Amino acid sequence: MSTNSPHFLSIQRLETLPFSVSPMAVPSPPFSLSKHSPSNPPSFLASNPSLDPSKAPVLRPRNAFGSEANLGRVEQTRLRLWNNLKTNSDLRLQASRELPGLTKELESDKSERMERIEHGTDLFDEMKQRFLSFKKHKYMQNLELYEKLAKDQAPKFMVIACADSRVCPSSILGFQPGEAFVVRNVANMVPPYENGPSETNAGLEFAVNSLKVENILVIGHSRCGGIRALMSMHDDVETSSLIGSWVSVGMNARVRTKAATKLLNFDQQCKHCEKESVNCSLVNLLTYPWVEEKVRNGELAIHGGYYDFVDCAFEKWTLDYKESNPIGKSGKVAVKDRAFWF
Amino acid sequence: MGNLSQEEAIEGLKKLLIHNDKDEQLSKELETKIEKLISEFLGTTPHDCHPVRRILGGFQSFKTNKFDVYPELFSELAEHQTPKFLVFACCDSRVSPSNILDFQPGEAFMFRNIANLVPPFNQLRYSGVGAAIEYAVVKLNVENILVIGHSRCGGIDRLMELPEDGSTENDFIDDWVQIGLPAKAKVKAEFGHLPLDEQKRECEKEAVNLSLTNLQTYPYVRERMARKALALRGGYYDFVEGCFKLWEVKSIISTPIRS
Repeated sequence: MSTNSPHFLSIQRLETLPFSVSPMAVPSPPFSLSKHSPSNPPSFLASNPSLDPSKAPVLRPRNAFGSEANLGRVEQTRLRLWNNLKTNSDLRLQASRELPGLTKELESDKSERMERIEHGTDLFDEMKQRFLSFKKHKYMQNLELYEKLAKDQAPKFMVIACADSRVCPSSILGFQPGEAFVVRNVANMVPPYENGPSETNAGLEFAVNSLKVENILVIGHSRCGGIRALMSMHDDVETSSLIGSWVSVGMNARVRTKAATKLLNFDQQCKHCEKESVNCSLVNLLTYPWVEEKVRNGELAIHGGYYDFVDCAFEKWTLDYKESNPIGKSGKVAVKDRAFWF
Repeated sequence: MGNLSQEEAIEGLKKLLIHNDKDEQLSKELETKIEKLISEFLGTTPHDCHPVRRILGGFQSFKTNKFDVYPELFSELAEHQTPKFLVFACCDSRVSPSNILDFQPGEAFMFRNIANLVPPFNQLRYSGVGAAIEYAVVKLNVENILVIGHSRCGGIDRLMELPEDGSTENDFIDDWVQIGLPAKAKVKAEFGHLPLDEQKRECEKEAVNLSLTNLQTYPYVRERMARKALALRGGYYDFVEGCFKLWEVKSIISTPIRS
């Protein structure tokens, strides 16, 4: 290449810009509202392109503090807003078959990009409203509790749940700030001690040894994509996907499920595996010596749960720990206090 | 029995809350009082109470106030999820994004780990985080990734207090928080003159930036960012001051320089 021809010197700078505050500004948090003096919320959509009113969500409260809407109405509004945003087909981006390339970006339709940026701003404006609503209706109403929590947390529960957007334990079981230390991963799995360090057992170590929680609850759920991936894996093939590597933790559950459900269809097998995997995780919890010790001393209880969002039902059971192996002679995990709520 | 009348009372109170949007609005104070009463009956206030009753009460409340009230929404969700967000948050009991940002069912695929750390792409280790990113980005096609840090984070505390000689007290926590060492190094270089507590606050935010950088080492993240199908943002929830910061990752290609 001739040295005289202009090169494309593309310098990619990764800038983390505070949301619409100039990078040189003194860091005053954009969302900050002093708890001592409720003033008008700052207008901080300075660099925001003008929003197309036809795309604006319905029923947006103008001013969080001036809003007279009661909680019931606001709840409906929020879910309706979500529906509007969800069904707006502009937001659904199609996967491109073309090779991605930086030059493509320069050529792409500017209005299309602006549309995406606008919707992004819509989403985050909505998020701002929600945070301000949380601050007004929860934080400021329970200032004493939050001040106490700010110093320390003492949750009674550690919850291990799936990352699935439909199964947040705070939503379905109503955990309030301070109540539950929550680890969420794909398919709510707990790897055994011998697998070595991972993010899940780092959380386990902290919850059990530092926070000294009294209950661990592992919650599985219906139509779990991770379990489905586990059940769909080929028996001998090494998987190169990270999903495959992770869900292999549940291989025991898959083996037991396939043995027990030969006559059922694939969907039913997956459902069985979802519960079996919870039990395997409960057993894996006991492979951690400091967990087993506390369970043996009665300081820690281990529970399994299953949330079925098709029928809206919740099943719960407690591991029945005995000095000997908690897996009985039949190969089933010993449980007690089984409950079914619907 | 005392229980029966309690249930009736809860039902009555709930009717007041749910149906009153058709009539005049309740005053804010009255509404708050009703909610407090309901939560006390259900045992969902953060007092000492039996763990099973606590969970049952929470589930009943969810079913009554959400699931049964929006059947179409939930039956659609039962078929598939199409969240717009992949959220990384800390396991800390005080910072559930569903509480502070009011994420509803179906909105956010949420991964919670110690100190909301995202390790760099590695096919041999950290498959848990990698699986979540792969699933959310490739299978669910989320459009936004949001990493939320917070004040007084125990994981960041431990990172900042890790001994320089590499010795560890904890099997797993220490191994995990070491992902944040680059953030610690940066904080020590820029803010080493500040007291340790303030350094920790800076590290909480710097760790979010580190996670955002690490996210871009995942090929599918990078590819989607390049065609503007995916946006990365960082957040910081300060529950001492009661505020939330939000920022975005932007990449800029400057104009070419001619010789």
